[in-house]
Amino acid sequence: MRFVKFAIAAFVLAAVGILVACGGGDDSGAESPSATQDGTPADELTGSVTIYSGRGEELVGPVIEMFEQATGIDVQVRYGETAEMAATILEEGENSPADVYFGQDAGALGALAEEGRLSELPDELLDRVPAPYRSPDGVWVGISGRARVVAYNTDAIDPETDLPNSILDFTDRQWDGRIGWPPTNGSFQSFVTALREIEGEDGARAWLEGIQANNATDYDNNTSALEAVARGEVDVAFINHYYLFRFLEEVGESYGARNYYLAGGDPGALVNVAGVGILDTSSNRPAAEAFVDFMLAAEAQTFFANETFEYPLVEGIPTHPDLLPLAEIEPPDIDLSDLDDLDGTLELLFDTGVLP
Amino acid sequence: MAVISGARLARAPLLTGALATLIAAAMLLPLAYLVIRVWGAGQEAWDVISDSRTIETLVRTAWLALTVTVASVALAVPLAWLTVRTDLPFRSAWSVLLVLPLAIPSYVGAFAFVSALAPQGLIQDVLEPLGVDELPGIYGFRGAWLVLTLFTFPYVLLPVRATLRGIDPSFAEASRSLGKSAWSTFFRVTLPQLRPAIAAGALLVALYTLSDFGAVSILRFDSLTRVIYIQYTSAFDRTSAAALSLLLVALAMVVVVIEGATRGRARYYGSGRRGEAPPVALGKWRWPALAFCFAVVAIALALPLSVIGYWLVRGFEAGLSWDHVREAAVNSAYASSLAAVAAVLAALPVTVLVVRHRSVGSSLLEKATYTGFALPGIVIALALVFFASNYATVLYQTLALLVFAYVVRFLPEALGATRSALVQVNPSTEEAARNLGKRPWEVFSRITVPQMLPGISAGWILVFLTVMKELPVTLLLAPTDFRTLATEVWSASSNAFFAQAALPALILVAISAIPMFVTVLREREAA
Repeated sequence: MRFVKFAIAAFVLAAVGILVACGGGDDSGAESPSATQDGTPADELTGSVTIYSGRGEELVGPVIEMFEQATGIDVQVRYGETAEMAATILEEGENSPADVYFGQDAGALGALAEEGRLSELPDELLDRVPAPYRSPDGVWVGISGRARVVAYNTDAIDPETDLPNSILDFTDRQWDGRIGWPPTNGSFQSFVTALREIEGEDGARAWLEGIQANNATDYDNNTSALEAVARGEVDVAFINHYYLFRFLEEVGESYGARNYYLAGGDPGALVNVAGVGILDTSSNRPAAEAFVDFMLAAEAQTFFANETFEYPLVEGIPTHPDLLPLAEIEPPDIDLSDLDDLDGTLELLFDTGVLP
Repeated sequence: MAVISGARLARAPLLTGALATLIAAAMLLPLAYLVIRVWGAGQEAWDVISDSRTIETLVRTAWLALTVTVASVALAVPLAWLTVRTDLPFRSAWSVLLVLPLAIPSYVGAFAFVSALAPQGLIQDVLEPLGVDELPGIYGFRGAWLVLTLFTFPYVLLPVRATLRGIDPSFAEASRSLGKSAWSTFFRVTLPQLRPAIAAGALLVALYTLSDFGAVSILRFDSLTRVIYIQYTSAFDRTSAAALSLLLVALAMVVVVIEGATRGRARYYGSGRRGEAPPVALGKWRWPALAFCFAVVAIALALPLSVIGYWLVRGFEAGLSWDHVREAAVNSAYASSLAAVAAVLAALPVTVLVVRHRSVGSSLLEKATYTGFALPGIVIALALVFFASNYATVLYQTLALLVFAYVVRFLPEALGATRSALVQVNPSTEEAARNLGKRPWEVFSRITVPQMLPGISAGWILVFLTVMKELPVTLLLAPTDFRTLATEVWSASSNAFFAQAALPALILVAISAIPMFVTVLREREAA
């Protein structure tokens, strides 16, 4: 008897929970269409905007809060991995609740653009960012920059004498067993695309094979590669610049890894972006544009510079003092928009066996 | 007391059959999605599947699943026996601790193992002064095998424990009174009765291993699931990913069929007498037994928890934030409880159909429910994103859909446990009640279900534990702003804020301990 009572109670609880949840669903379902229907200029900046963010809450949550306070727009954010959020938008098709996609690298933005899911942004927004850091078709715009670096172990390496001037020189046999890289990472793949642009298909293949011949260790992402460098599992890793600064904050100066910037327009000094695009199915474009506008304004740009240790892309915003200024990086002379041939890069990565 | 070979079959009642069919159909949604994605891309899909590298990956994945399963059974069965049937000291504590490795998300566990055991990791730092300057490699097959075994053996432990507690002690008593030793009694009397539970648990281990992404990606073992993820995340190629997923489903079905064949058809119905037989006295064997339990808990639980603890200390120095953690804990516990109840309720009609009304149809229907569990979470999540956003807009991104998705993903966990429980229930008690004029529903709820309780609660706990740590489905399908402990851990660790990840990770493990703790307390009361 006791079990029957328990079972009934449990069932009722589950049913109530599901009803409550459905009720909640109805509410949110009702909100976004209303924003479209009365999208008159008078209430341009009302309603809510839904953001699918491939960037973590620690990175963008505070800026989104600033935006809500400044504009009164209610923001719904869904956090996930950059690629998975893009895949979700593709599966949702026309019914996507998302207004804005905030991606971690240019490749994912390019993939959405290719499927025709991003709509053109006003020139007024695009023009605030230098041409290399935005879409050639004007469908996405970079918000913050991230530089490719060589992270090195401070015990094993003296950056003054031990490190080459070009990423190409890491194919030298002296680096056998000492290199780590994250081949599944979007920024890494963008770098390989740049390499193909600069060195040609054969040059890129030769480099990938050379690094493989040096028994490079694969890591799942930038973080694990950096951690491996810090504990000395490998001596160097090819990653993005900003992860280091989180560890320096948490662990302190004793942390076993530092960044090395390649110079002179080397492909290894590529600067990639995290950026945003507005969905073609957005139900509240004015609010979505207001969000992009806010991300490109001084307050948000300063936040990215100081809190996430990225490069502000809008002119006049100072870079964090611990970073090598963007002007001194000497990235290779190509537009990120030239890096849209991700397919070719993946083919090369699969073909050389860098990706399984 | 009777040992009956084969269950007496009756024609399936309409309601049970209809419910079970409906549930199985829902479980097939991910498969339907995959077929839709591959449809029209026949040649491309075939190229992906017939690629020699794909075949190699398939073989490698199958080998990993097999070895992890064997090792899990070898670990779990003695542990279950020790903690249920012997006078092992502190067996209640061991019972709780030994289940907890299941609560550690594999991406956290694998990362902790790497931090601790990788070259120049934490452990080597400790051992270096003692002259140990190289640890055996953790990456690749060896690491994936070790980590997956340690984090999945509770899948076998839980149902075996439940079955051991449900076994009529008269069997073992008879054997002992005939002069058989404790060992011989275990192998010749107890073990055969455990076969359905072991098979059910082993199936979960094998399928989980096929679907796991966290451990294989961090430990760099190229399993089929990792390749599927790479297709999604690097290539944005949904066709290839779907083709490979179908291959994974095929492999999973092979595993399910093998399990069906090893499960055994014998039924062991007791006299209705249950409960504690006098525990087996371990004597001088208690020391090795204790050492065994201690070693497993140390490696599978204490090691990852220490690494998380180390992050926590680092976090206190950097200033920890309690923001969202309480809210996430409540959400996690709530969603996991709902999902566990829903999964058990959904498992019951399927169980009854499969055990009491066995036929080709019911067996196919049961196998269908396993597809979701073998697929990577991202596939389930995208499948339900596709169906819900296009055909059930009202439900999209609601808690109801999230719970539904959890059931699609984890129903087999509940099913395995309830099935091995029902196998132990003697139909003659049900028949007696029916002959006394009770209606089928009354018989089921008042006679059958109470006897299945250990299995039902084992199933509930399994689903609860795995939903607590579930990530990909939660990220894509939860209501917007619905944080769980798993999403908090992911959010912090994916951006290298390990200190911030430590707190929700520890709370996740602590909450996961509660249901097992309650179960053990009730077992002690009953004793």
